[in-house]
Amino acid sequence: MDRQLEPIIRTEGLTHVYSAGTPFEQTAIENIDFAVYPGEFMGVIGHTGSGKSTFIQHLNGLIAPTGGKVFFQGQDIHTSKLVTRDTRFHVGLVFQYPEYQLFEESVYKDIAFGPKNMKLTDDEIDERVRWAAALTGLEESLLDKSPFELSGGQKRRVAIAGVIAMRPQVLILDEPTAGLDPQGRDEVMDNIRAFHSQMNATVIMVTHSMEDIARIVDRLVVFHQGHIAMGGTPREVFSRAAELEQMGLTVPKVTKVAMRLRELGMDLPRDIYTTEQLSAALLAGKGAGR
Amino acid sequence: MIKDITLGQFFPGNSIVHRLDPRTKILLTILYIVALFCAKNYVSYAFMLLVLITCVRLSTIRVKSLVRGIKPLIIIIVFTAILNMFFTKGTPVADVWLIRRITWEGLRTALFMVLRIMMLVSGTFLLTYTTSPMALTDGLEQLLNPLKKIRVPVHELAMMMSIALRFIPTLIEETDKIMSAQKARGADFETGNILQRAKAMIPLLVPLFISAFRRADELATAMESRCYHGGEGRTRLKQLHLVRRDYMALLLGLLVIACVILLARFGV
Repeated sequence: MDRQLEPIIRTEGLTHVYSAGTPFEQTAIENIDFAVYPGEFMGVIGHTGSGKSTFIQHLNGLIAPTGGKVFFQGQDIHTSKLVTRDTRFHVGLVFQYPEYQLFEESVYKDIAFGPKNMKLTDDEIDERVRWAAALTGLEESLLDKSPFELSGGQKRRVAIAGVIAMRPQVLILDEPTAGLDPQGRDEVMDNIRAFHSQMNATVIMVTHSMEDIARIVDRLVVFHQGHIAMGGTPREVFSRAAELEQMGLTVPKVTKVAMRLRELGMDLPRDIYTTEQLSAALLAGKGAGR
Repeated sequence: MIKDITLGQFFPGNSIVHRLDPRTKILLTILYIVALFCAKNYVSYAFMLLVLITCVRLSTIRVKSLVRGIKPLIIIIVFTAILNMFFTKGTPVADVWLIRRITWEGLRTALFMVLRIMMLVSGTFLLTYTTSPMALTDGLEQLLNPLKKIRVPVHELAMMMSIALRFIPTLIEETDKIMSAQKARGADFETGNILQRAKAMIPLLVPLFISAFRRADELATAMESRCYHGGEGRTRLKQLHLVRRDYMALLLGLLVIACVILLARFGV
């Protein structure tokens, strides 16, 4: 990753306090400095209520910060209403359980909702809807169906297609695979990866699946009680497994195995988070032991 | 934004007002309203204001929250004030142009009406602010219990009310979420004329209705699988008991009414 690049999204002292001045006052996030660079695949993890959902909704201007600033390509996204609204087309946000937002009478129309709001021509809209549908593996025959007739996994993909049809430069997803069966999960993850590589877009993904994090992301941040507690490559973060577990987070199963083996006296590096790394380390150890 | 809706909002606390039995509080609110309508002159209004302030102080509810409850009514209040100022017969304030229509009597009535509306709203908000929705419906059910004799489905009504109250925050949250999701796709709920705005609501209302029906269905199944079959023979986890402070409070309430009636008759 070329760090000389200008960050595509940057936050500065980002703070959000809910219901300020009432007994329900609650600081969701406090003083967050964050940057993501073009083309990065970024992971966000954290316990429920750690502020990660509030945080990502700031990145496309859905929530206005109570303190601090958000910059998209160097520009403060809250300078005017027009800028804020425009940012939403460049920074696509897929909420948790996005299938609950489907409303149109056909899949086609639902995917076209975003592009239509962008005031594109009918031809462009058509091209984008078909492209987004193809990318998310929705067959042409499904386009005329009602979204309410589809299976759970299909609905989820329609909802994701509805956001990527806007061709955002940054795609943010809040637990895109929650509640899906293993097959649906793999399909959705493949869709997201396909979008990432085809468009060379930036992706920010909130997830509970440490395996996904270990496999896909370039860099991740860990939210804890409204702050970013850790940040770095998966290798850097997972090497602090004990701290992660203290925050109530899990680590990849392979990391756990390696931790236990180390406790039992084996000489293994601390930054193991994939099966391949573990087997390589074990083989190397065996070679050395001979 | 939408979360600021104060309707039926409850501020948990542990003041004497919070601890009163919900039935007592409902009855006291009724007494308070009656007393308010008995007030007719400066002294009686001043007395009622004093009663309200005392209750608010006792409840530890912030004045700011009460003011927020009154805010949506500002148009009605202003409208009432203007109508009363202009259309009450009596001695004009001054003999210039429009002001000729304003009378001293009108000003007095306007002041009383404005005070009455504001105090009425504050008083009832005090009830919902200090009583949890569940306690409120429980209290209401028990108070209306005698009506069962004439076949009024009191339990069913109370159950519907508690379900409705229970789901207000859920629906608001859901609305907020769907609104955000559609805004993320470029939906615009804030600009345009009435027709455009109404049309912009479709992407919000369709998912909201679908999820409301889904929730209702799930709730019904959940209730049935726990053998709910209406109010007959149903016992409660939290029994309501009137204790000494409730009787004292009711006695005080009656005393307030008596005072107001006396003040309204003999005061200025």
